Amino acid sequence: MTIAVSILPEQQLAALNAAYGQAVARRRWRLLFGAAVFAAALLLAAIGAEVNLRTLFTHFGNFLSYFDRIFTLDNGQRVWTDFGEWLWGWRKWLKMLGETLLISYVGTLIGATFAFALNFLAAENTSPAPWLRFVVRRLLEFARTVPGIVFALIFVIAFGLGPMAGVLAIAIHSTGALGKLFSEIVENADMKPVEGIRSTGASWLACMRFAILPQVTAGYAGYALLRFEINVREASVMGFVGAGGIGQELVVAIRKFYYSDVSAILLTIIVTVFVIDITTGWLRGRLFGKEART
Amino acid sequence: MTKPQQVDTAQLRARYPEVFERPAAARLAIPAMLVAALAVLIYGLVDLDFSPSRLFNGLSQLGWISLMMIPPDPGSSLPIYLKALGETLSIALLGTTLAAVFALPVSLLAARNVVPSMILRFPIRRFLDSIRGVDTLIWALVWINVVGLGPFAGVLAIAVSDFGAFGKLFSEAIEGADQKQVEGIRASGGSALHEIRFGLMPQVLPVIAGQVLYFIESNTRSATIIGIVGAGGIGLQLAEQIRVLEWQKVSFLILMILVAVAAIDFISSKLRFAIIGPRAVA
Repeated sequence: MTIAVSILPEQQLAALNAAYGQAVARRRWRLLFGAAVFAAALLLAAIGAEVNLRTLFTHFGNFLSYFDRIFTLDNGQRVWTDFGEWLWGWRKWLKMLGETLLISYVGTLIGATFAFALNFLAAENTSPAPWLRFVVRRLLEFARTVPGIVFALIFVIAFGLGPMAGVLAIAIHSTGALGKLFSEIVENADMKPVEGIRSTGASWLACMRFAILPQVTAGYAGYALLRFEINVREASVMGFVGAGGIGQELVVAIRKFYYSDVSAILLTIIVTVFVIDITTGWLRGRLFGKEART
Repeated sequence: MTKPQQVDTAQLRARYPEVFERPAAARLAIPAMLVAALAVLIYGLVDLDFSPSRLFNGLSQLGWISLMMIPPDPGSSLPIYLKALGETLSIALLGTTLAAVFALPVSLLAARNVVPSMILRFPIRRFLDSIRGVDTLIWALVWINVVGLGPFAGVLAIAVSDFGAFGKLFSEAIEGADQKQVEGIRASGGSALHEIRFGLMPQVLPVIAGQVLYFIESNTRSATIIGIVGAGGIGLQLAEQIRVLEWQKVSFLILMILVAVAAIDFISSKLRFAIIGPRAVA
């Protein structure tokens, strides 16, 4: 059975086709131009980053065999054949992991406290003075843009080796990141309660406490939990520069080629990160309903 | 002026008992949580060797260091630093692009609406999660073992760790796509590949492009730090100058990083506007 499809007359069709072709051609040219610029940038970057495909191909076997090696015990057996031997240092590692978690907890809490103190000054709608907002915003931007581990490097020199430097580095970085997110929540808050409270003659502080705070606490807690998750990862590498936590053990194992230790420590880190992710995800779900989970 | 109306509290209390007398559990929950949080904090401060004298000494040291950082001065090594900065930007761009190229096909396999079978999807998801659980710096150390010191190891480290992140983000974007267009393609006789190419891709590509641009931005930051373990870029210079206590050079390098990150932020938000329109950027 054939279905009759009405076809337009020849000239009309040609005109439409030409218009369509023109419209598509312009878009295709733009796409092609964009792709060419992007390819040129990539090429330039490849030269800049000393990409050497030959090294990659000759050594790619190394990458795979590296994973083969870290899953092999000293006696040539696979690691999962002898858990006692593989996870021989579990007492020490669990202690370091505990330290890592403490570093991220204390760092997040200190950072959140500072962010909490500063964010009302940085938000567009609640800041008492434009110059103050400008200063606070630049300060937060600085704390956020300089990577945590750079702070850690400097703090290790100022405060000495140890977890204290790591905590302070994480605290500063979290202040920057959370301060921005917190002030965005405040900017989205409803301003009518503020007007209501101000009309009773309340001070700026009272306005923040009774009009803004009730609207934003849930959002604050959600972001702080998310930050804690990120900070656990961050704290796991603070040991690379001597700022405490499990990273210290890991970097020693990698540098000294204690292969099975590398996989054992990585495993404990990954499991911890999983557990933290799931727990905080669940907690956020419990506290603020489903929409706060992502 | 009228007198304020007298409120009969007793009557209100009788009428709305649940407002006046909340159960003890509800009233005590928040203070209990705060006390617990504070207790853990204090335990942490003690366990991590925080002492007021240490804090005070460190802060005064930090004050001296900050004073010595002024004014920022690169000395005679400005060309080296500029080259290192170029290296960092190259690492970020290449690493992100590589990650995106490899993550796209894998993310299709991890998306519920493309691969309905749980058996295939579950291991892929866990695989991506494990990659994400390992920090970029650790990947950098591993790659240094493989391809040697230098920026190339940095590119590969960023590519691998972003591969995990992109795999997850892309598959979420794909799962969020409208299924009607895919059904339309299937109804007109398209194959599974046609469904993906003409039904899904036009919907998700702008989202993906936005995410890739955002990651190039954030990877500029990551790329500055992987140099600390020896994977090239400006981080290498920064770590060296911090170790030899050349504070003026350190502050100059930090300023360079700040300016570079701000510039990349600016460019990529412009590009995002151009690609996905002002609505989706915010």
